[in-house]
Amino acid sequence: MTAAPDHRPTFARLSLTERLDASLPLLLVPILVVLGFFAIGAPSSWLTLTVSGLAMGMMIFIMASGLTLVFGLMDVINFGHGAFISVGAFVGVSVLIALGDWTGAASLVLNMSAIFLAVVAAMAVTGALGWGFERVIVKPVYGAHLKQILVTVGGLIVIEQLIHVVWGPDEIFINRPEMLKGAVTFAGAALERYRLLAVAVGLVLFLAMRIVLRRTKIGLIVRAGVENGPMVEALGYRLRVVFVGVFIAGSALAGLGGVMWGLYQEVITANMGERMMVLVFIVAIIGGLGSVEGAFIGALLVGLLQNYVAFLEPKLALVSNIALMTAILMWRPQGMLPVVKAK
Amino acid sequence: MSDPILSLNNVHTDIAQYHILQGVDLEVPKGQVTMLLGRNGVGKTTTLKTIMGQWTCKSGEISFDGQDMTQMAVSARARAGIGFVPEDMGIFADLTVEENMVLGATSGPMDPKRKEWLLNAFPALGTFWTSEAGNLSGGQKQMLSIARAMAEDRTLYLIDEPTKGLAPAIVSTMAQALRELKAQGASILLVEQNFSVAKALGDTAAVMDEGRVIWTGAMADLATDKDLQERLMGLSMEAH
Repeated sequence: MTAAPDHRPTFARLSLTERLDASLPLLLVPILVVLGFFAIGAPSSWLTLTVSGLAMGMMIFIMASGLTLVFGLMDVINFGHGAFISVGAFVGVSVLIALGDWTGAASLVLNMSAIFLAVVAAMAVTGALGWGFERVIVKPVYGAHLKQILVTVGGLIVIEQLIHVVWGPDEIFINRPEMLKGAVTFAGAALERYRLLAVAVGLVLFLAMRIVLRRTKIGLIVRAGVENGPMVEALGYRLRVVFVGVFIAGSALAGLGGVMWGLYQEVITANMGERMMVLVFIVAIIGGLGSVEGAFIGALLVGLLQNYVAFLEPKLALVSNIALMTAILMWRPQGMLPVVKAK
Repeated sequence: MSDPILSLNNVHTDIAQYHILQGVDLEVPKGQVTMLLGRNGVGKTTTLKTIMGQWTCKSGEISFDGQDMTQMAVSARARAGIGFVPEDMGIFADLTVEENMVLGATSGPMDPKRKEWLLNAFPALGTFWTSEAGNLSGGQKQMLSIARAMAEDRTLYLIDEPTKGLAPAIVSTMAQALRELKAQGASILLVEQNFSVAKALGDTAAVMDEGRVIWTGAMADLATDKDLQERLMGLSMEAH
């Protein structure tokens, strides 16, 4: 074939300001950690709070990642997401209670096996629940945001009441598995074992999601679908099927987050997911709706800030995340790493 | 005229309260380039989007390769063998050029020979293979949009104004690529305002006005008849 005529376009070099502006969201977490160090003063307290904040952030990320993809891909605002967190926690904790011998044994293998089975059961149940929720509740209201809010809040309430029916109205207290109790000491700081596990799980999950989204064809379809769904369909991909898959995966991840959060708090209630939704939405919004990387950074910021502020000025802890969201949206109204939506 | 690969029979399409297509009858012959012409706002883009299924055909019939596809989903039409290049190009700006091309090959990995052919046709895509598509210039995005549609063999290509706003050098590249695509046996339905491109590429032409096809015939006949052009489109195509 005849090659193109002389046409050798080049990209303009970005200025330092432009490059900094593009990468600034990625620097926010280290900047906050450094600021926390100077504000707290005592290195051991700072390290403890940082690990605690990272653990909290990772768990919020696990819960928020599915929600942000569902919104990005199909423009669905799902307030029912909180129900999957609660159901996941109840199913997971039920498995852990049933495996009391394993969780009570001073064996890391048995403890981790129990948690693994609890997580698998929670993800299976919430994944299946998510599939039914999409079919029955969400599918009839595609494209209608107000109706989505109303019916998904309705679905959330129904599922919470069903939790009362199945598990009773009371909160359930749960002890962490034996080997995950207590803390390890590092550089004079007490680092809770369970929080270290939460950080590891969150990090592995984030890396796994990145690999799937960046290195696989299905990930490519999801990313393209978030940006321009109609064009993905015009190329021959059944986006509806992909969306249902993402909805199921997102619901299962909420279930995983529910188990992790339940063990973190050591108590579970039917409305625990509903209460978490405030933080989950803050993370999805400040990250940029549809952006997994944005949700990851947002979750870490929320977790770290909440822990630092709670230590420095407890009365301000409640408003710190709203203040963070306000500041980020004033700086970047579309969130930190917005997905470029096709017009 | 050879057998039609695509037929539209009395197709009506509404967009919101507007009745845009008001009974389109159109045939795209197999293995030929059909130019869809007409003034702005007469329904050319809506016709392509209705064929692709992005706008719902309210009434009428659309058949492709002997198969009724009036009620078919968009993705099923694409899998049946229709490649679509929309007017807005539909580039995935956050994805790299390579990722855009990978998505174009719907049924599996891209054939290396086809990739080589496309990169030879559009060298700029090779230069920016790993760059985000959102950073490309308008002409490069248009090349990517067309190359992506060609990433695997399709029976019919629907292409909406591929040369709009492009420099002559790039227009010539586009035209050459489309010519070679036709030589491979593909059928093309092309909306094009650039008269020289239309004249050079078109085998047949269909002229639309007020949501209908008002004339069909050989492109050569239309290109040489200025009176016909003025009667059908309000002005000579030389003036476009």
